[in-house]
Amino acid sequence: MGMIRIDLPLCREQLKTLRAGDEVRLFGIIYTARDAAHKRLAACIREGKTLPFDLRGQIIYYAGPAPASPGHAVGPAGPTTSGRMDSYTPALLDAGLLGMIGKGKRSPEVISAMKHNGAVYFGAVGGTAALISRRIINSEIIAYKDLGTEAIHRFTVADFPAIVLIDSLGNDLYEIGPARYRTLPEK
Amino acid sequence: MREIEADKIGKTVYDLILKASYEIGDDVLLALQEAREIESSPLGRSILDQILENDRIADSEHIAICQDTGICVIFMDIGQDVHILGGDLNEVLCDAVRRAYTEGYLRKSMVSDPLYDRLNTQDNTPPVVHMRIVPGENIEIMVIPKGFGSENASAVRMLAPAAGEAGVIDFVAETVQSKGANACPPLIIGIGIGGTMESAAIMAKRMTARPLNTWNADPRYRTLEQKILQHINTLGIGPAGVGGNCTALTVNIETAPTHIAGMPVAVNICCHAARHSHAVL
Ligand code: SF4
Repeated sequence: MGMIRIDLPLCREQLKTLRAGDEVRLFGIIYTARDAAHKRLAACIREGKTLPFDLRGQIIYYAGPAPASPGHAVGPAGPTTSGRMDSYTPALLDAGLLGMIGKGKRSPEVISAMKHNGAVYFGAVGGTAALISRRIINSEIIAYKDLGTEAIHRFTVADFPAIVLIDSLGNDLYEIGPARYRTLPEK
Repeated sequence: MREIEADKIGKTVYDLILKASYEIGDDVLLALQEAREIESSPLGRSILDQILENDRIADSEHIAICQDTGICVIFMDIGQDVHILGGDLNEVLCDAVRRAYTEGYLRKSMVSDPLYDRLNTQDNTPPVVHMRIVPGENIEIMVIPKGFGSENASAVRMLAPAAGEAGVIDFVAETVQSKGANACPPLIIGIGIGGTMESAAIMAKRMTARPLNTWNADPRYRTLEQKILQHINTLGIGPAGVGGNCTALTVNIETAPTHIAGMPVAVNICCHAARHSHAVL
């Protein structure tokens, strides 16, 4: 199967061509944020405060890395379950966020905000944190340091493996994929 | 009577935590390789390749297989002829967790208060400990660093005895169908049937760590394990939940006598990063 190379920041034209099920490799800058950081980002947007980084055109990776051992840029850093971020996500998309990386299904509200904003939801394979950490060549905490693993990290990635889970048209691999391989007769 | 130093237990638990976090078991690795052979989805095979490569990297570089290094669950079977010397066992276990998670570069994921404060304890303590007193003069220890993507997909239901085998199969399938995709499949399904609500759940947890190439000794339950496994693998969830025929690697059932009026069933889901390690002192 062909691998699609994506150079970051995302380009809207390329995003439009991606389809659920495509395997991609990311090169460039991504930002981490999970539960606690999302709570703060959403509060910033609500209160009209400046965000710690410009969301426009960026990707957020739902991850909380383990500590780095000596000689490594970052510790194991696989995706966490995205659904916990769902209630915050539409506001972030409306503020310009164009991509997300995580694992697991998204809510109808997130999918409709994605379609509206032309955004894409990528998946990294859960439980491949050691492999993924080898594709992160630089890591820097840029905000919310007090949150520890949940702080916002800026990662420079190269050859970061991901799958298009939900494309900008709203096609959802969590629906399409299992339906294709389901052999259980419906009751 | 045999005397065992509490420190020796602590040292063993420390080593078991690191081993479990860095090295996937040979049985899991073999099952993943077999899944790679039979998976019919090309994307599913590519995902299984990434998982296998991940597990090789973690093992050779001594880093965590998954960043979620879990709540540390410790099972201890303590021989009744053992006398533990030189310290408070619970403190020793906490200390082993504290040191292993800090010195082993493992993520600290514990919060002190579950509802209000949710403040990180900063050292992954306390562990969840299940102790049993057994005959003999050994201590058997099993450490399971349990990630929460899959723990959150687990469930307990108090079935009516009349629900029968079909009720058990339906409940397990329903649990896997509703949340399995988020639990990092291919999964290992631990099932406890019988006892009370909490004992069914403890059996299910223990069953997430039973070696993959073994089946229940009772032929009826062995058949049930195989039936459930086949059923789950027709759901189409597949590796990483994006479609395929390898949704679960195995189903492990443990049972216990129960009350005339009930049939508790617990389903504890474990992800492909099925980490556990075991020692006998
Ligand atoms: S479910 Fe397992 S493999 Fe997936 S992120 Fe959690 S601990 Fe890791």
